[in-house]
Order: sequence, then C-alpha cells, then structure tokens
Amino acid sequence: MKKDIILAGVGGQGILSIAAVIGYAAVQSGLYLKQAEVHGMSQRGGDVQSNLRLSDKPIASDLIPLGKADIILSVEPMESLRYLPWLNEKGWLITSTQPFNNIPDYPSMDDLITEIEKLPYHIALDADLMAREAGSLKVANIVMLGAASPFLDLDYDQLKKAIAFLFGKKGDEIVELNLKALEAGRNVGLKNAN
Amino acid sequence: MQKLLLLGDEAIAQGAIDAGLSGIYAYPGTPSTEITQYVISSKEAREKNIKATWTTNEKTSAEAALGMSYAGKRAMVCMKHVGLNVAADAFINSSITGANGGILFVVADDPSMHSSQNEQDSRFYGKFAMIPILEPSDQQEAYDMVHYGFDLSEKFGIPVMLRITTRLAHSRAGVTRKLPRQQNEIKLPANLKQFILLPSIARKQYKGLLNNQRHFLNEAESSDFNHFRDGKDKTMGIITCGLAYNYLLENFPDGGIPYPVLKISQYPAPEKLVEKLYNECDSVLVLEEGYPLVEELLRGLLNNGKTIKGRLDGTIPRDGELNPGIVATALGSEMAVSRQVPAIVANRPPSLCKGCSHIDSYSVLNEAIAQYGKGRVFADIGCYTLGALAPYNAINTCVDMGASITMAKGASDAGLRPAVAVIGDSTFTHSGITGLLDAVNEKSSITVIILDNSTTAMTGGQPSAAFAKIEDICKGLGVEDEHIRIIKPLNKRHEENLDVLKEELAYEGVSVVIPRRECIQTLNKRMRDKQKLKEKRVDA
Ligand SMILES: Cc1ncc(C[n+]2csc(CCOP(=O)(O)OP(=O)(O)O)c2C)c(N)n1
Ligand code: SF4
Repeated sequence: MKKDIILAGVGGQGILSIAAVIGYAAVQSGLYLKQAEVHGMSQRGGDVQSNLRLSDKPIASDLIPLGKADIILSVEPMESLRYLPWLNEKGWLITSTQPFNNIPDYPSMDDLITEIEKLPYHIALDADLMAREAGSLKVANIVMLGAASPFLDLDYDQLKKAIAFLFGKKGDEIVELNLKALEAGRNVGLKNAN
Repeated sequence: MQKLLLLGDEAIAQGAIDAGLSGIYAYPGTPSTEITQYVISSKEAREKNIKATWTTNEKTSAEAALGMSYAGKRAMVCMKHVGLNVAADAFINSSITGANGGILFVVADDPSMHSSQNEQDSRFYGKFAMIPILEPSDQQEAYDMVHYGFDLSEKFGIPVMLRITTRLAHSRAGVTRKLPRQQNEIKLPANLKQFILLPSIARKQYKGLLNNQRHFLNEAESSDFNHFRDGKDKTMGIITCGLAYNYLLENFPDGGIPYPVLKISQYPAPEKLVEKLYNECDSVLVLEEGYPLVEELLRGLLNNGKTIKGRLDGTIPRDGELNPGIVATALGSEMAVSRQVPAIVANRPPSLCKGCSHIDSYSVLNEAIAQYGKGRVFADIGCYTLGALAPYNAINTCVDMGASITMAKGASDAGLRPAVAVIGDSTFTHSGITGLLDAVNEKSSITVIILDNSTTAMTGGQPSAAFAKIEDICKGLGVEDEHIRIIKPLNKRHEENLDVLKEELAYEGVSVVIPRRECIQTLNKRMRDKQKLKEKRVDA
C-alpha cells in the first residue's frame, strides 16, 4: 500500500488538521508516514500545501515527486489546480468549490469549474454548505476529508477513532460534530467512487 | 521504546530532553522556531526543570548557552541561518574557548528562501569555526544526533553544530525514543582560565583546536552517520549530504542503486571515504542541500581530475532546495509530467491579516509622507515587511534585523530628509536599540516608527522582549520626552494620528512614534484561552 496525497488550501484554512487526522489513523494502522508541512511566511493568507505520504514500506523522500501524487485534496478550488503537475495519470482531484478570494485577480467560478471538470477523476463539492448543515462552518475541512476517505486505503473506523482521539479534549459535542461532517463528506465521496 | 510522530524540529527538541539537556535558548526564526516551542510546551521538560526560554536575540541566546556549558551542564541554542550571523561573534569564539558541559548550536537553513532574506549555508560557518558538524538525513537521525552531539561535545570539550534545512525541520515522521538520561551536575571547568580569551591564553586554546582537527576527522571517518555503499556501476560515484540521501533513494524505489554511494551526515568530510569513492569511480555526482561545499572541496581550485557533477557545472541548479525531480534529472532520467498548472491560477502571496494594526499604521504613514515623495522609508523584518506589497507599497528596504534605524541614520547623514525607520517591537529590542543610541548621540534627523503589536507575530506570536518597555528604553537612550509619541492605529483615529506623524516628520532630530495595538492573532488566541478557562471554571 502506498498513497501520496497533496493537501492544499490557503493559510489558516485548517489543512494541517486534516493531515493530523490522516496521520494518526495511518500510524495506528501500522503504516509509515512522512508529512512535509508549510510553516512561516506563507501562513499569512498565502497558498499552503502539505505533502502527505503513507506506505506499508519505509518512505524515502519527504516531498512527493512530480507526477506521483494519488490524490490532491483541497479545501479551495483555485488551490486544487496549483498542484496538477504532481497528480498522476489515475489520480483524483477532490476539492471544495468554496472560493477564498483575497486577491485582485481571482479567476471566475465558471473558469475554475471548467478546469476542474477537465480531469478524468474529480470530485467537487461545496464543503461550506455541507459543514453548515452538519452544524458549523468550522468543520468544512473534515467534510473534505470525508469526501476523500474512500480513496485513502485506510480503514474508515481508524479515521473515526483518530477524530475521537484528536478532538476528544474539546468535548463530546465537538467530536460528534466532526464525525457528522466526516460522514456527510464520505457519502459524496462514495457516490463518486462507484 | 516509544515511537512518536514528530517534525524534524520536534525530534531535535525531544532528543535534547531525553539526552539530559539543562537549558535551551533561542530567538524565534523560521524554520527553527518549533524546536524551542516544543521544549517550552513540554510537560516533561517542566518536570525536569529544564530552562527553556526565548531571548532578546541570537547572540544573547548563544552566550547564555555557553554560560550553562561553562557551569558543566548541557545546553542548546537554536536559530535560523541568518540568526547565526548575529550570534557569530559568540559562535566563532566559543570554538576557541571550547565547551565544558555539552553545547549544541542548532542552525536551520532555508534553501529556496521560503521565509528568509537569503539561503546561506551554515556548514561554512561550522567549517570556519573548525568544529564538528552533524547534518541529519531524516527525523530519526535528527533525534539520535542530539545524544551523539552532546557526547562528542563533552568528549572533546568543543561546541558542535547541528545543521538542518527547511524540509526536515517541517516534515513529520515516526521517531523511536531512547531511554532518557540524567542531566549533568554543576561542575566548573577543570582549567579556570579556559574561557579567558586573552591573547596569551587564546593562542594556546587555538593550538588545541588545531590539534583536535585530526580527531574530529577520525570521528567523522568512523561515524555511523557516514557510510559507504558499494555499487557495480563505477562510471559514477554519488556523494549525498544530509537530506539529499532520501531524494536519491526515492529515485530507486525498489532499492538497488547501481552506483557506489557515500552518505555524509557528519563533518569534517570523511577524507578516506571520499578518496575511496573518487578512486573507484570515473566521475562523481555531489548532491547537497545548500551551497556546493563538498563539491568545491572535491574540485579544488583547478579541477584537474575527474569530472565532478553538481551545482557548479549546472547538473543541479546553482540555487534553491533539492527535490526528487532535480535528483532524477541529475541521474539522467527525466520525470514525465503530463499536466500543467492552468493559466487561470493566480499567485496568492502572503498578506497582512484583516484588522492588523500595521495596515492602519501604513495608511497614516503613506499619507503623511506623500508631500515629500517616495523612497524614504527604511523598514525591517516582521509581518510589517508585507507592507512592501500592494496595496500598501509603503516601504523601501528590508535587509537585516535592526537595519531600518541605522540605514535611516546613514541616509539622513547623506542629506535625505525626512528619513523614516519602520521597525517592529521585537525587532527593536533584537537589534534596534544600539542604532537608536547612535542616532541620539549624533542628534541625527530621523523619525523612528516602532510598530508595537506586543508580540513577535511573524514567527507565531512568541512574547516580545520589548513588552511594556519601549518608551522607557527610548527615554533611557536619550530621546526627548516630547518626541516620543504613542498613537493607537485604528481607522477612526486616522486624522489625529496623521497630525502626530506629520509633526514628527517635520522635526529636525530623533523622534519616535509608537503605534500600539495588539496583533489580531494573539488577541484572538488570548480571548479563546480566556473563554476556555471560564468554561472550565463553570464545569468545576
Ligand atoms: C537575525 C534574524 N533572526 C530572526 C529572524 C526571523 N524573524 C523575522 S521577523 C521576526 C519577528 C519580528 O517581530 P516584530 O518585530 O515584533 O514584528 P511583527 O512580526 O510582530 O510585526 C523574526 C523573529 C530573522 N529574519 N533574522
Ligand atoms: S499575525 Fe498579527 S501582526 Fe501579523 S499580519 Fe496578522 S494581525 Fe498583523
């Protein structure tokens, strides 16, 4: 088993919490993991990404080579496209359609959707809308994790356990909220997977 | 033993806690910040009474660590690469004094300048100081090298450098812990003159350092961190330094690299191993993260020998960090990339947060200085450097910490009026105070704007050494009371703030304007923590 995942978004959108959940689940499943993060300057509203690599064998590089990522998981539509050269032929692009517009030359939604739909394997969903339905805008990143969950080759129960563990300190309500978001996203992912 | 999922930075921190550290000192700086942050937040470190603290700058960090080493305990000092420029005086001279308790200089380089002004390679500093350098290839080595580094430091009574780069600092992987060991007891140096660098003593100490060079080389030659792996295809031999080893392995997913490979993670470069590789192979490819240090050693001045491939002959780009693709190209196997970034994808540079006090300060400054024309604002390093970008376009320089005040002074000496310095509160105490004293002593005509957001924001909101002290410091340096002006940078106070700044720009002498409003990020965090505390009380 080997999964190379690029997590994408804008500084402050919570992609590192997605990484933390997958990371915990992977370690509990006895897998090797390497995860390169971005800290520092670009966290101030700039583009951020994280290279997340899972494998049942030791992993060499912290960075995913070009053309080798299995999944791009993005919480922002324009950011999902920034990393296309890394995606492999059969790779999935899974993104929220909710734009984060903090620059003057942000492209039109129509153009973004056109580009996303050019990819043979893609899932685009409004994570903010689904997060609000689940109970809070704050869990949009976990909705996206849910949408990607059928493609991760990780046991779904391990993901749920990871959420319970990582959010446990914040109380049962927060855990429930995140599990609900995960489930909602997963249903979209499963529908597209078949 | 227990396995933890740690950033390279955190692996070093945990390694230090487990290796019997007594004190860690640092000034924050990407990508080194998380080392000290980890120890400060560690319950275990608190229980063990480990001193963990942010200092005013890297030089004060280094000297405090050296003092702890003098007292016989293990100390670590952490900084980003440019921080070593600030600490260089202490660093270079500490190689002459030598150590008593183990001391590690952890320096995090930032090739590709993700968050820095340059991509200087700290290994050159280590070589300059003639001390052993350790350069881990992964998180586990980073952890293990702290133990080993302290041992090496105590064995030879010498400071040791641990050099990492951004990718390792900020990448997470599983790390297996060692059994923790005790801290040292207080123990004075056997020779109480060891740390007195009077010429007569320094000359002796220096001879000792020179004499130790062959021992450092022997250590590197037999180190487990350096190893030679033979290969059948002798048309090329490969030398990797630090992290580059992984990028090489990545290109041979099924193992079996056909070429002989020398992995270097400890310096001075192991001569015998290098010689063996050089003699056995027709050419050598050098993969190193940073400047071509080993490559230059191999080439010498004339490069009369075999073909050496690396950053100097263009096999690898001369600048920027390595990655698996660059290594693939160097090995002659182009990576197939079928997809391009669509043209509609726009750049998204970092920007000041919504509601940031710096925004209001810059709108006042831009308006106040408009009548004099552009090009008069000497700025510094911090979140406020983003004022260089649109829509603010408010500043004209950013060189090194503290340079705003002294450059403004120099320009004012040249006749540029008004000359304005813009500096953050943490940067001011880091390196701005001495420059302000120069200006006061010479009655220079400058206006210094000290942006006081009560934190070191750029690196994640560490406490600022300047907190609640700025006016007193300025007064103490001799800035006139009536020319120390505090304003509150808020849009609704724009007009009154504008009047204040205009007055001070017109003043012929040293004036200080202090826009004071807390950073939005630390304010929000404080509010969240308060709320949590309240909830806890209600629960109880
Ligand atoms: C010598 C050196 N040390 C550390 C850094 C990293 N660094 C850049 S800005 C900064 C903090 C600046 O804080 P402050 O001046 O208060 O400005 P703020 O970010 O809060 O606006 C630090 C630590 C550096 N660039 N150079
Ligand atoms: S972190 Fe603080 S100082 Fe930096 S841009 Fe945001 S509000 Fe401003």
